[in-house]
Amino acid sequence: MPAVTLRVNGESHTVNVDDLEMPLLYVLHEDLKLNGPKFGCGLGQCGACTVLLDGEPIRSCITPASDASGKNVLTIDGLATAAGPHPIQTAFVGEQAVQCGYCLSGVILYGMTTVDKNPNATEAEILKGMDGILCRCCTHSRMVAAIKRYQQEKRA
Amino acid sequence: MRNGNSTPMTADAKAALKNVGLSRRGFLRTAGALVVGFSVAGSKSPLAAQTAPGTVAANQVDSWVAITADGTVFGYSGKCEFGQGFSVVQRQLIAEELGVPLEKVWLTFCQTGLTPDQGVTSGSQSHIAEFGPAGLRQALATAREALFQMAARRLNAPVEQLTVEDGVVMVRAERARRVSYGELVNGGRYNMTLNAAAKPKSPREYTVLGKSSPRDDIPAKVLGSYEYVQNIRLPGMLHGKVVRPPAIGAQVVSVDESSVAGLPGNVKVVVKKNFVGVVADRDWFAQQAARLLVVTWSTPPELPAFDDFYQYLRTVPSRDTLTVLNDDVDQKMGAAARTFSATYNHPYQLHGSLAASCAVADVTGGTGAAAKATIYSATQGVYPQRDSVANVLGIPRENIQVIFAEGSGCYGCNGNDTVSFDAAILSQAVGKPVRVQFSRRDEMIAGENYGPAYTIDLKAGVDGQGQIIAWTYEGWTAAKGGRPNANNPGNIFTGELAGFPVPAIVPNSNPARPTGFANNGNIASSYSAGCNPSGCGGTGTIQSERVLTHTIPSPFFTGPLRSPARLQNTFSHESFIDEVAAGLGQDPVQYRLRHLRDPRMIDVLNAAARAANWDTRPSPKPGNPRTGVVTGRGIGLVLYEGDNGYCALVVEVEVNQTTGEVRVKRMVASQDSGPISNPNGMRNQMEGGAIQGMSRALFEEVRWNSRNVTSTDWTRYQVYTYGQFHPVVETVLIDRPDEEHMGSGECTITVVAGAIGNAIFDATGARIRQVPFTPARVLAALRARP
Repeated sequence: MPAVTLRVNGESHTVNVDDLEMPLLYVLHEDLKLNGPKFGCGLGQCGACTVLLDGEPIRSCITPASDASGKNVLTIDGLATAAGPHPIQTAFVGEQAVQCGYCLSGVILYGMTTVDKNPNATEAEILKGMDGILCRCCTHSRMVAAIKRYQQEKRA
Repeated sequence: MRNGNSTPMTADAKAALKNVGLSRRGFLRTAGALVVGFSVAGSKSPLAAQTAPGTVAANQVDSWVAITADGTVFGYSGKCEFGQGFSVVQRQLIAEELGVPLEKVWLTFCQTGLTPDQGVTSGSQSHIAEFGPAGLRQALATAREALFQMAARRLNAPVEQLTVEDGVVMVRAERARRVSYGELVNGGRYNMTLNAAAKPKSPREYTVLGKSSPRDDIPAKVLGSYEYVQNIRLPGMLHGKVVRPPAIGAQVVSVDESSVAGLPGNVKVVVKKNFVGVVADRDWFAQQAARLLVVTWSTPPELPAFDDFYQYLRTVPSRDTLTVLNDDVDQKMGAAARTFSATYNHPYQLHGSLAASCAVADVTGGTGAAAKATIYSATQGVYPQRDSVANVLGIPRENIQVIFAEGSGCYGCNGNDTVSFDAAILSQAVGKPVRVQFSRRDEMIAGENYGPAYTIDLKAGVDGQGQIIAWTYEGWTAAKGGRPNANNPGNIFTGELAGFPVPAIVPNSNPARPTGFANNGNIASSYSAGCNPSGCGGTGTIQSERVLTHTIPSPFFTGPLRSPARLQNTFSHESFIDEVAAGLGQDPVQYRLRHLRDPRMIDVLNAAARAANWDTRPSPKPGNPRTGVVTGRGIGLVLYEGDNGYCALVVEVEVNQTTGEVRVKRMVASQDSGPISNPNGMRNQMEGGAIQGMSRALFEEVRWNSRNVTSTDWTRYQVYTYGQFHPVVETVLIDRPDEEHMGSGECTITVVAGAIGNAIFDATGARIRQVPFTPARVLAALRARP
């Protein structure tokens, strides 16, 4: 039975995957019992399954688990630390920038990495960084406000 | 729990993050042990009642509220949280009516056998239900009066001299004489029916309601720990997938189980009439098996052609309904100085919830009186689902428990009931807990009940002064199924596949003459006086009308989708009133005002226009060139369902006349839903409604070929996404503390398509009468300009 070793949210896990083509999302959800990354389309079209792989956002629903072998996976479950929530999470709570929240892995991780890479990103650049991410409750106004709030606090 | 205080946070955020990590079900297990006071559902504690399937008496105070010895208050409600923000409003209501701190109020909602049966959470009815005579507020008012009477006896003081602060009742003039709710109810029981004479607080006295308390669910959602129905993991749980027919109406001829023999995951195939599914011990293996299973299906008749479906709607025998009929309408129309007419088309649209729907079912004991079932579902109605599942499984309904767990955004009858049926059937077949999550394709092809297509003819006659004196509406739509209930499991796809009949649309071309005026479907416009024999109930002034709807059988399942029928009808009305205004050279706001008589309607229209700095002049905008990029503004207005929330919306657009692309730049929404419970929550609903309405108006359309729906993923069903243009959305709230509570979730979305179409006309002089406003349709409308 094939096994892969992953480092997820700072902890190392060795998981038997049976099928090396099985996407990473299934390992995170079923084996590691993480609630953060979510199945939305299974086609890499919506972003609900987003995780960071060595710091870069990827769609875990179409990424074979074996591709993550030996790499660092960060999910939104792992953003907070014992010291408290990640500032982007605090910004989303502060703006009440959520309806159902099913899209948050994609919205938060793409929004966060866009700002982290370019702290002076304009609104247009932030939106471009989030290109193709779906939020069907259409909470876009608040979510963009939350990402900008995170950006301001990061600059301060 | 990860919620330290080292991060700078607002006070609200700190308070909200405090309870992160407590899942609701986990909490109940803890909380049950605390309860020593009020009982739930008769003589049982909450914990006991939770495990005892059955019915909760909604007329009993104990069914709605329990207070523990330490003063913690547990509310029980049949109105679920979908992310629309109503759970915090219910907690605010409990804190408000009882006079307890919000932090001490916990809410459990939507579990059969534990919470009152309040039907479905839908239709912007939650405020109306919970603030109404049979809802949570009346139970709380009854409880508070009883608590005050108990306190009066304990403190030996008349009730009139008592007051409550933070759950402690005291004598107003002698505050040391006090007793807490916890002390009062310790060891005691209520056994009271809701008292219709109990007097709830006036909204003018509110101190907790009316404030933007942060939502309970947001911290866990942003931390990624929130337990959605997709995240429920039961011991020994297997994973199921469905295998749907490749063509609408195809039936199973044979299933070749050998085609999946030897696949990993202990695959089992389940067939029940035309329902086909597989179960495996991992989700991924079930998915592979579903893909590889060979099923032979019959060849059904072809579907009506997509390209001329609006014409097809007019050709099939229909069930007809009259909403308004004034006998002088043809005479008035004939005598009009000028008449206008137009036809508007609106497509089938998807809920398109972001998640593929999911449910977990645990059916034990097969079928019959000894069998039992527990279903975790994101359904809008746990009791209707329980009663319909009972029929599907052949298990008595009292042996079935349906427990709500939130899924992704619920805008109506999406895939949540369908997938719950699927999980229940598969679990019954294998005798183990089964989790089913749809594929994107399963979700989009009849996993959900679509919002139906409409084609609508409108005609108006005006007098010599330009006043509308006659208006006719004739609309054609299609329907199949709806929400499932005890008698009609066939209202959704899995019920039909499992052999339950879909209720027929029985043609009737001789509809009953309306007596009263009910504009629940917004079939009559905002400008209708709504005059039927019992009187005039509309918000407008037009007294000569015929409002007639034809419904034919739909090839696809249909059901409530956010603002069902109201959105399609309002698109036509709000476009048409603009066409008439433009034809007469009148300003769109001023022309609407000429035909309104309801003062709240007038206020909400003026509020949006004022906030948007409306430029009073006729459309189209003078001076715009006929090439290049141009801008314009439009407005829409409605009283949702004829009595459930007033709203208006101003939209500013940019139209590229070379490409036909429309970009919405700004949306200004106003709303009056009576007393405001939570301003931030109301704004969130309005903002989301504005942008979702924009997505539906510009992009969304279900398409099909001769065999099946072809809108099977996000490239084949286009929606608004990040990375496109990003409109500014502004909201104006009108608080009416002396009026009845109304809903807020569906009003704004109802007026968006009309307002955008009107703005496109203002910018370009081209009228677009078919949703969605794709670049191709915009270019065609531009070419058709005189």
